[in-house]
Amino acid sequence: MELLNVQDLKTYFTTKSGSVKAVDGVSFDVEKRKATGLAGESGCGKTTTALSVLRILPSNGKIVSGKMLFKGLDLAQLDEEDMREDIRWQEISIVFQGAMNALNPVYNIGHQMTEAIMLHEKNVEHQEALERAGKLMELVGINASRLDNYPHEFSGGMRQRAMIAMALSCNPSLLIADEPATALDVIVAAQVLKLLKELKERLELGMILITHDLSIIAEICEKSAIMYAGKIAEYADVVSIFKEPQHPYTQGLIGAFPSITGKRVKMTSIPGTTPDLLRPPPGCRFHPRCKYAKDVCKTKEPEFSQIEKGHFVSCHKAVAEAKRQKW
Amino acid sequence: MSAQVVRVENLKKWFPVRVGFFKSILGGGQLFVRAVDDVSFEVKPREIYGLAGESGSGKTTTGRLLVRLISPTSGKIFFKNQDISSLGDKTLKPIRKRMQIIFQDPYESLNPRKYVRGIVEEPLLIHGIVGKEAEDRVHEVMENVQLTPPEDFLFRFPHEISGGQRQRVAVARALVLQPEFIVADEPVSMLDVSIRAEILNLMTDLREKLGVSFLYITHDLALARHICDSLAVMYLGKIVEKGSTETLLTEPLHPYTQALISAVPVPDPTSRRIEVTVKGEIPSPVTPPSGCRFHTRCPVYIGDICRTKEPPLIDVGKNHYVACHLHAK
Repeated sequence: MELLNVQDLKTYFTTKSGSVKAVDGVSFDVEKRKATGLAGESGCGKTTTALSVLRILPSNGKIVSGKMLFKGLDLAQLDEEDMREDIRWQEISIVFQGAMNALNPVYNIGHQMTEAIMLHEKNVEHQEALERAGKLMELVGINASRLDNYPHEFSGGMRQRAMIAMALSCNPSLLIADEPATALDVIVAAQVLKLLKELKERLELGMILITHDLSIIAEICEKSAIMYAGKIAEYADVVSIFKEPQHPYTQGLIGAFPSITGKRVKMTSIPGTTPDLLRPPPGCRFHPRCKYAKDVCKTKEPEFSQIEKGHFVSCHKAVAEAKRQKW
Repeated sequence: MSAQVVRVENLKKWFPVRVGFFKSILGGGQLFVRAVDDVSFEVKPREIYGLAGESGSGKTTTGRLLVRLISPTSGKIFFKNQDISSLGDKTLKPIRKRMQIIFQDPYESLNPRKYVRGIVEEPLLIHGIVGKEAEDRVHEVMENVQLTPPEDFLFRFPHEISGGQRQRVAVARALVLQPEFIVADEPVSMLDVSIRAEILNLMTDLREKLGVSFLYITHDLALARHICDSLAVMYLGKIVEKGSTETLLTEPLHPYTQALISAVPVPDPTSRRIEVTVKGEIPSPVTPPSGCRFHTRCPVYIGDICRTKEPPLIDVGKNHYVACHLHAK
C-alpha cells in the first residue's frame, strides 16, 4: 500500500549569493512496511528532502513546486495548523541525525517523552502517557525504570534508542530516520539498525532512511533513490540498484565501497568533487565527473525516465543503452 | 638486526583521573583511565598495519604514543631498534623527522591562516631545510599526492580547497620530510565516500613507491580489509587478537572479533545480513571488568575463569595471536 508519493519536489533556499536549488525535481514513494532509502554524499539534498516532507525547513527554505501525497493528502498544500495538529508526530515523525544530542539535557527522558505524547494527543493524562512511554522504552530494548534518568546517564546507543522510542510515541505510520547509525560504534550501530528493521515489521511502519552509507541501504531498504546534487540519479529496488546499477554515479559509489566479504578488489574513486549548488553545471549535473560524458550531457539535462518496470534513471547513456542504441 | 620499523613491547598509558576535593580527602586512591594497557606488536618495512576497535579502545592513544606525541606510562617503543620510549625532546627531534602522523579531521588539522605552501613547508623549516631545497621538496611532494600542478594549490588557503584535497595536503605535510613510518589516524572517516578510495589508493601507492610503512587506525573493518596487511583488534586498551588481515577476517577466533565482523553491514542486498551477538556497549576504561575485559559482553562466556583470570595473548600458529580462554591450551 502506498503511503507517501512525492512528485517532482523542488525546494530552494534563498541565500545572500543567490538561490540554492537544494532539491530540484525529486520523485519517490514509500510503502507501508517498506523502507525507501535516500542515499548520496553530503550536500546532495537528502536531508532537505526529509525536512520538506515534514515542512520543517529553515526560514530561508521554500517548497517551490511539487506534490507530496500522504495517504492521498497533499502535504505541500496543507496549512501550517493542520500540519502541526494532524501530521507531525501523529502520522510522520523523524529521528534526526546525531539524535543522541537532540535530547534536552535538563529534563529526564520520561518528561521529554510524556511531553511529546500529551502535546499531540490532548486527551491523554500524564499517568497514561507515562505508561505508554514505559512500553515504548521496552519496545526499543530499554528498561522502563530508566525513564527517570537524564540523557547524560545514557550511553550513545541508548540515547539513540530513546530518540527512536520518542519518534514512535504517537504511533506514526511513517518514520524518517536521518543517518540513524552514524556516530555510533560498529556493534551499537548494528543493534540500532536491527531495531529499526524489527520495528518496521512489527509496527507496519513505512520508513525513509537517509544515509551516505550504501551498506545500510542494502541492509534495511526495499527501494532506494541515489541522489546527486539535488536530483535523483537512479531509483529502483535495492537488488537492481546493487546488481544492475545503470547510472555512472551509482556504479562509482558502489565501486568506492569496501566490502568485508567477497573478493578483495581495488577500490575506485570518482574523480572531482560535488558541484556548488549555487551554480550547478549545465546539462547533466554529474557530467564533469563522468567518464562516459558526451556533448549532449553538457547541454541537455537528462530526464528522469523509466528504463524497466520500477527502475528509473536520469542519464542519457543509460536511456540510450536501454533502447539498445550504441553510446 | 631484526626486520621491523617499529616494535612495541608491553606499552602502557594510564591517564590520571582528576577527582573532586572531597573525594581526594576521603581517599580511595588515584584512579586511572587505562587507555592503553600492555600492548605489544611490530610493524615491518613496507607494511600497512591496521589497528581496529570501537571508540575508547585505545587505538588513537597507541598511535600518538608511537610517534611520541605523548609519553608512555611504561613499556618500550623501538624505532629501527632504537628505544625511543623515554627520550627527551632534544634527542627525539632527529627521530621525529623520520616518523609522522596524519590526523583524522582535515577540517581541523590544517592552520586556517596559512597557505598550503606554508603548511607543507613548516616541517622542513623546523628541521632546518630551507631555500631552494625546501621549495623543491614541497613541489615534489605535491606531485606525489597528486595536487597538480602545485602552483595551483600552493597559494590557496585550506578553506579554498575541498575536503579530499585538504586531506591530501595533510598527507603531503606528513611526507615532506620523507619519513619511514606514518601513523594514519582514521584518515578518511571525515571524507565523502566517492573520494575515500582516492586517499587510500594514494597511501598504498606511496608505500610501493617510497617504501613507507603505515600504522592505520580505523574503526571500519571493511576498509581495513582493503588496505592493511596485518591487523590488531583492540578492546579496552588491550589487543585481543592480531594476525594477517586475511586470516583475522576469514577465521576470527576471538568472540569480540567475530562480533565486530558480523556487525559490519555488507553493501549487497542479496548477501548475508548483520547479526548482533553482543549486548550493551564498551565499559568504562577507568574500571575495566576483571579477568577478561570482554567477559561482561561475551556471547560464549565459559565460566569463572573468564571473570577471574586475564587471558594471555597466545600463538595459534601462522603468526595469529588471540587472547581468549577458549583457545588456551
